[in-house]
Amino acid sequence: MVFGGDRPLLELSGISKSFGGVTALRDVDFTLHAGEIHGLVGENGAGKSTLMKIIAGVHTDYGGTMRIDGEERNFRSARDALKAGIGMVHQELSIVPDLSVAENVFLGSQPVTRFGRVDWRGMNAQAAAHLRSLGIDVDPRVPIGSLPIGLQQMIEISRVLFSGARIIILDEPTSALSPPEIERLFGLLQALRQSGRSMIFISHFLDDILGVSDTVTIFRNGRKIVTAEAAGLRKSFLIEHMIGAGHEDLEESYTSEMMLDSKPDAPVVLETSGLTLGRAFRDVSLTVRAGEVLGIYGFMGSGQLELARALFGKLHPEKGTVAIEGRQVSLKGTAAARRAGMAFVPESRRSMLFSHEPLYKNMSISILGRLHPVLLRPNAEREIAERHVVSLGIRPPRVDQHLGTLSGGNQQKVGLAKWLTYLPKVLVLSEPTRGMDVGAKDDVVKIVRGLRDQGIGIVVVSSEPETVLSLADRILVMRKGEVAREFVSEAVSKDRLLDAA
Amino acid sequence: MSAQSAASDKTDPPKSSRTMIWLRSRLSNIAPFITLLFLVVFFSIASPSFATLDNVGNILNQISITAIMAVGLTYVILCAEIDLSVASVANATGIVVAYFTLQDSYANIANVPLPGYAAILLALLTCFLLGGVNAFGVTRIGIPSFIMTLAMLQIGAGICAMLVRGQIAYAVPPFIATLGQKALGPIPYVVIVAATFLLVGHLVLQYTRFGRYVYMVGGNREAAEYSGVNVRLVIASVMIISAACSGVAGMVGVAYFGSAQQNEFDSYLLDAISAVVVGGTSLFGGRGGIGNTIVGLLVLGVLNNGLDHINIDSFLKILIRGLILLAALVINIYAQRLRANQMN
Repeated sequence: MVFGGDRPLLELSGISKSFGGVTALRDVDFTLHAGEIHGLVGENGAGKSTLMKIIAGVHTDYGGTMRIDGEERNFRSARDALKAGIGMVHQELSIVPDLSVAENVFLGSQPVTRFGRVDWRGMNAQAAAHLRSLGIDVDPRVPIGSLPIGLQQMIEISRVLFSGARIIILDEPTSALSPPEIERLFGLLQALRQSGRSMIFISHFLDDILGVSDTVTIFRNGRKIVTAEAAGLRKSFLIEHMIGAGHEDLEESYTSEMMLDSKPDAPVVLETSGLTLGRAFRDVSLTVRAGEVLGIYGFMGSGQLELARALFGKLHPEKGTVAIEGRQVSLKGTAAARRAGMAFVPESRRSMLFSHEPLYKNMSISILGRLHPVLLRPNAEREIAERHVVSLGIRPPRVDQHLGTLSGGNQQKVGLAKWLTYLPKVLVLSEPTRGMDVGAKDDVVKIVRGLRDQGIGIVVVSSEPETVLSLADRILVMRKGEVAREFVSEAVSKDRLLDAA
Repeated sequence: MSAQSAASDKTDPPKSSRTMIWLRSRLSNIAPFITLLFLVVFFSIASPSFATLDNVGNILNQISITAIMAVGLTYVILCAEIDLSVASVANATGIVVAYFTLQDSYANIANVPLPGYAAILLALLTCFLLGGVNAFGVTRIGIPSFIMTLAMLQIGAGICAMLVRGQIAYAVPPFIATLGQKALGPIPYVVIVAATFLLVGHLVLQYTRFGRYVYMVGGNREAAEYSGVNVRLVIASVMIISAACSGVAGMVGVAYFGSAQQNEFDSYLLDAISAVVVGGTSLFGGRGGIGNTIVGLLVLGVLNNGLDHINIDSFLKILIRGLILLAALVINIYAQRLRANQMN
């Protein structure tokens, strides 16, 4: 499809933006036509999200101009942008799980009867009709939290549409979805395009980008590198431009078959039997050996995230046992789990780091008791932090710097460094590479392999097949809360994993 | 290595804006201090009797009971919790210590006289018990501290009412009477007790593992938990510390007032919370400390005392205190927002 002729719907020119002296966007031009699906790719920190936040009215002070239908606009808020027909669907859904589907669709603008009461019947009927017109068949009265994630996401998109959006920005919409859900989502996007809506689609999943977009724009280091028609583009072309030259072999390493290499002779460090927790997971029995990485793969909502939390004493299974180095332990809480030799890195940086505290305090929090039972040892804390900063290549290398000023990838390293001073017996990593760029992913893979070689047992839990494939020596696949398959010492590929899940 | 650090230095903002960033990040510490300076200068000019050594002593004396309570409350607020029962627990503890002391015959109270040390022990037991109930309710049952301690406020008031039945007790054990009424040379013991609590409170917060946990739990509870910190234990501890501080404030306070009766600490709840918040300790937790609380105590002390030295409608004083508290809250929230912006 070519959009050369008509006037663009959205036109940005010379957009620049910096945060406290750090340039996020440099002189970026960007156009979007009616009925276009425009894919955006780039490593973390390349400027995609910043540009989208400018379009959606979240960032209001920037250089350059924005035109909609040829008219210059300068939004003062996200509400302003929405009024002008620009809606954004964030990676973290902004639905209210306990409210019904209809209430979520109408959030903030419920229709009322003559007497000022909410017009339930009208609201439910309108919501159902609106959703049906988009091919979503669901009872508008059920709480939205009870629906699968994929459906929730489609309803959120429909809400943005319902509020009159002509331009819809989708930030990583597919990361939590299963392949059939992704297909349904793409069907919806195609239908929307037919009706003249435009979409901007940000994703790390290059196959998804190429599968649905008309046009693809690649960002690197705050600059727009290239915009090209998606038809005929190859994934290697995208990767090459995302990370610069010289990385042609990377794509292969992430998609080719991997030979698993289990260690059947090493001693077992972690063993669970029959772990069961409500609807989250059932009857999970697994073993992890010293110097081995056990990958646990499953689509979002398959119970693997809850399992990881249970292994660190945050969730409490109602049945089953956990043994560490052959001794049965009771993981009553996270402190007990830590004492038993467990360590955990959660999937979101927000839930593992203290952004207002300096680097060294973030790294020492788990080991304070080892330095001195009662008192603090700030000099020892700083020394330890200095060591980690050097060995992990954290930038900037200043241990008194507040953590919040670091980039995402560096923050992630700090979260890992927390557990590296005194090695745990078992390290549980939840989605260790989610949302990371290729370079940072490589760093994490190296760190995890280094830890494995030092003899600790590692559990990697993820819904991204690439992550599990690049890290694991043995793989469990979870489906709907149960262990569906185990891959031991054999060739395995993304296809086979997806197949098993 | 050196080339890398030079490169990273280049991305730093220019010096003047760094100073601004520093100032903005310290707003919550600087603003109360400036307020204090302003008030001192203002009252010194407005009233000749304000800036005298005697009056400085008065102010310290007047804020001491609040100070003891505010130490524990600082811990609670640093953990992003709240304790509304401080004044009530203080009152109950003060009445318990008097209840177990032999009263003069004119005090019409049916009480249980015990030796002084026993009365003090029972009083301490009372405040630990009340703090323990707060801790249990908040960490085990999961009642929000705002509601839990509101209930405890009522329970404490109930204990007071039951024990004194509308009467007034006067006698307290000699040791407590000394702390509340006597002086060591020129310095009243009550000021020494307050200073000791503030100092120990500060040292524990800044130099112990527990103190670090208090900041971390307040800064990001989830992250503290995922770092293997026993968050519930930390929160339970601060609730008990708060009650213990309140209990001591109550005992010393009863001696300081010279009587033990219902509702005599009522104004101290607002004073203690104001002192902590006016000092710049963040209501969202994780920021602030005893240093801030000291400045907050002095602001309130200077304000209360200074208003007595100038000719002003005593009813207007109440309004002025409310306005000062409001201004402090605005600064508290604003400083928090500035910091959040800076991090993005």
